[in-house]
Amino acid sequence: MLTINQTLEEILTLAAAHFKVAREKLAPDDDFFRTLGINSLQTLELLTRLENHFQIELPDYELQGVSDFRMLAERIQARL
Amino acid sequence: MKKFEGQALSWGLTDGVVELALHREPCNEIGLLTLEELERFAAALEKVKSEAHALIIYSSLKCGFSAGADLKELFRISQEMDRDEAVKGVRNYLERIHRVMNAIDASPLTTIAAVHGVTFGGGFELALVCDLIIADKMARFCFPELRLGLIPGFGGIPRLKRDLGNAIVRDLLLTGRSFNATKAQQVGLVSQMVAEGELLKVARATALQLKKFDQRTAMAAKEFIKPIPYEELRREIEIFCELFAQPAVEAGLRKFSESSEAQPYLP
Repeated sequence: MLTINQTLEEILTLAAAHFKVAREKLAPDDDFFRTLGINSLQTLELLTRLENHFQIELPDYELQGVSDFRMLAERIQARL
Repeated sequence: MKKFEGQALSWGLTDGVVELALHREPCNEIGLLTLEELERFAAALEKVKSEAHALIIYSSLKCGFSAGADLKELFRISQEMDRDEAVKGVRNYLERIHRVMNAIDASPLTTIAAVHGVTFGGGFELALVCDLIIADKMARFCFPELRLGLIPGFGGIPRLKRDLGNAIVRDLLLTGRSFNATKAQQVGLVSQMVAEGELLKVARATALQLKKFDQRTAMAAKEFIKPIPYEELRREIEIFCELFAQPAVEAGLRKFSESSEAQPYLP
């Protein structure tokens, strides 16, 4: 079982790779819409990427109000 | 039929396989232009059935297969009319799209939807008319219509129920959530899942395999296992039009069309 910090780190690494952004430019409390410059369709791509990586199912309504990586990690951690 | 290059779609026939590519920016929203070209495609498909054994429908856009009905166009056009006229216009649009969907559903060809990325609403419903759905592992499926105060209107509910049963339909319809290709395969919606970038190769290999069988036998098998739920499809149009007349729909469409939020596709 991953710790929350490990989950967070994996999310940051995956997001950086998927959107071709340098990993060091992403921080846990960043608003990922703004930092990555992504729209909702790209957010769904990220969600699918994360579901495939963590082998979980995260209904997208659970993303309501989630905009930073730390909160995203908490939602994913609850499904691991 | 041999070849068509439209503004929203292109198609061609090679070695008995018809390929229909969707390519209307931004994400293959299905509006009047796409509908007109789909109608041309359905008419052409009818003429080519003796020369072809398979149809592959796919998107050549990166974002995905299709984001569904063109809601911005629907909102804009409905604003130019009074309520009764708008409902009448929507009914006409639905009748036309149902005719196209039913024609592809009933085609004697074996039909394959090769989907990736966003496969939402009307796009999901287009995939559901096909005999097989092959999905890239980044594909994502959703019926977002309840967010607008509507139900899916292109035949999605009766067809998904036909293919999967009621429980999964209720989950998708009533929560408005999306699910990924892994889940879609688990519930039996997707029959093959492939790695990113391999989608068309696998769809074409599948179409090649289909060529080995007698087409009349394949058609008989398809008619037996995949009856078209005409009665439920008619009822769907009625419910959709009743809901479309409600003020909540106008408010939902306005919010979607005019919103500058980053999350219009998230519930």
